[in-house]
Amino acid sequence: MTDFLQLLIVGISQGCIYGLIALGFVLIYKATEMVNFAQGEMMVVGSFIAWTFVVGMGFNFWVGLSAAMVVMAVFGFLLDAAVVRRIIGQPQFSVVILTIGIGIILRAGSGMVWGNQPLTMPTPFPGNSEFFGAVVGNERLAIIGTTVLLIGGLVLFFRCSRWGVALMASSQNQLAALYSGIPVRFVFSAVWAGAAVISTIAGTMLAPITLIEPLNSFLGIKAFAAAVIGGFHSITGAIAGGVLIGVVEAFAGAYLPGARETIGYIIMFAVLIAWPGGLFGRAHRKKV
Amino acid sequence: MSLLAVQNLSLSFGGLKAVDDVSFSIEPGEVYAVIGPNGAGKSTLLNMISRFYHPSRGEILHDGKSLLECDASEIPARGIARTFQNIELFERATVLQNLLVGRQVHNTVPDWRQFVFTPDIMRAEREHRRKVEEIIDFLEIAHYRDMHVSGLPYGVCKKVELARALAVEPELLLLDEPASGLNPEETEEMGFWIDDIRRDLKITVLMIEHDMSLVDEVADRVLVLANGRVLTEGKFDDVKSHPDVVRAYLGETL
Repeated sequence: MTDFLQLLIVGISQGCIYGLIALGFVLIYKATEMVNFAQGEMMVVGSFIAWTFVVGMGFNFWVGLSAAMVVMAVFGFLLDAAVVRRIIGQPQFSVVILTIGIGIILRAGSGMVWGNQPLTMPTPFPGNSEFFGAVVGNERLAIIGTTVLLIGGLVLFFRCSRWGVALMASSQNQLAALYSGIPVRFVFSAVWAGAAVISTIAGTMLAPITLIEPLNSFLGIKAFAAAVIGGFHSITGAIAGGVLIGVVEAFAGAYLPGARETIGYIIMFAVLIAWPGGLFGRAHRKKV
Repeated sequence: MSLLAVQNLSLSFGGLKAVDDVSFSIEPGEVYAVIGPNGAGKSTLLNMISRFYHPSRGEILHDGKSLLECDASEIPARGIARTFQNIELFERATVLQNLLVGRQVHNTVPDWRQFVFTPDIMRAEREHRRKVEEIIDFLEIAHYRDMHVSGLPYGVCKKVELARALAVEPELLLLDEPASGLNPEETEEMGFWIDDIRRDLKITVLMIEHDMSLVDEVADRVLVLANGRVLTEGKFDDVKSHPDVVRAYLGETL
């Protein structure tokens, strides 16, 4: 029972990280119908930048994280405004190649700047907490807490703010949004900025646990699976998909050693066979 | 002063002169129609006025000020709204939500205060809602208010799109083929709306239309385009018997 609880909490916290990166996929896809395969690499670059502020320059963890979020917001915005936007109107395939290419550049580039050796990051949440006998690191609980806060904030943003509504409107119909006075191009670049910021938060919260190295970007592939499981359209779906993969992985690690790295994709296939639209997907059927 | 003055407007796509040296002006309060055979450059003209395309030459003056420095998304704030030939709506939103998005140019609450429901924000929200309800009553779409657009019949979508343009409270309304896809009764009804929009709401209308019965019914003046050039301009009755117009529509051999 104690083991069960412990694995569950560790799995949920790991899943929250997948879910946050998946959220980046979903936000960009929902708004612009592009899949950003560089999402995992954006997370790595974000956490390296946070490391530079916190360890390299000696700032407080939160100050360093906030500064990294600002830097990555600018980076994400410019990446769309200067590079990705130019490919609008080209086949989907070009977008895929472009973002994979950006990912490779970011991964190799971060290796050149920060090195390929894992870097350690101090945690602002030292120590452990105990729940009914299960001992869990506080930094894992912090990940869960941050995710809940972030999702709450995002839902509020979409429901209540003008920019949230502008984003939903732009994603449904760009022409109609444009002539309702919404600066659609700015909104799209802002979405890229938002996705970069969310992955920076995910990467930096994870850093004290896993260390920071360019190879972490492969978490992006698991996050992609999480987004697919969630239906690629919904915030809740992304987080739920991430948590599902995280929890199953944690249990597989304990009881099915060897299956740990593949189990997430097996779930993805199973979900796609049973519910082709994903667990939280909407049915999209073409009207004839 | 003219509400809208188009001066020597030209746009080429590669070697094709889609619009070639077109000039005209629209006075406040009139319904101005642009007609012409397919490929005459009507839609291109409308897309330049609404800043979707940038002309290669010429000037567009609105209230005496150039429109050319505006981005398309700034057009509604200048008091210009438009509809589309193929209906552009927020499909997964309700009719009411579609119209409320149209009110966004009149949303003057600072961004940081959107999360706090202070009394003045509530009042502003109620005012937007009241305005939208007026438009819903005006176009008689109350029945569809809370329905999702994706399930509505074509004719209703056409009205919803017109309603969203009206929610902008424009002084100039650009209509791209308001009657396309409508049956004869719906077309006649559309004519009544356009008349009401001009008379009751005091909105000037620039429309592109293929349906001559509608043009005859509502337009004060008509501009005829063919191959990107102006053939003639004037009252519909004079224009329709103009030899160049007859030739453009029916061909040289007649």
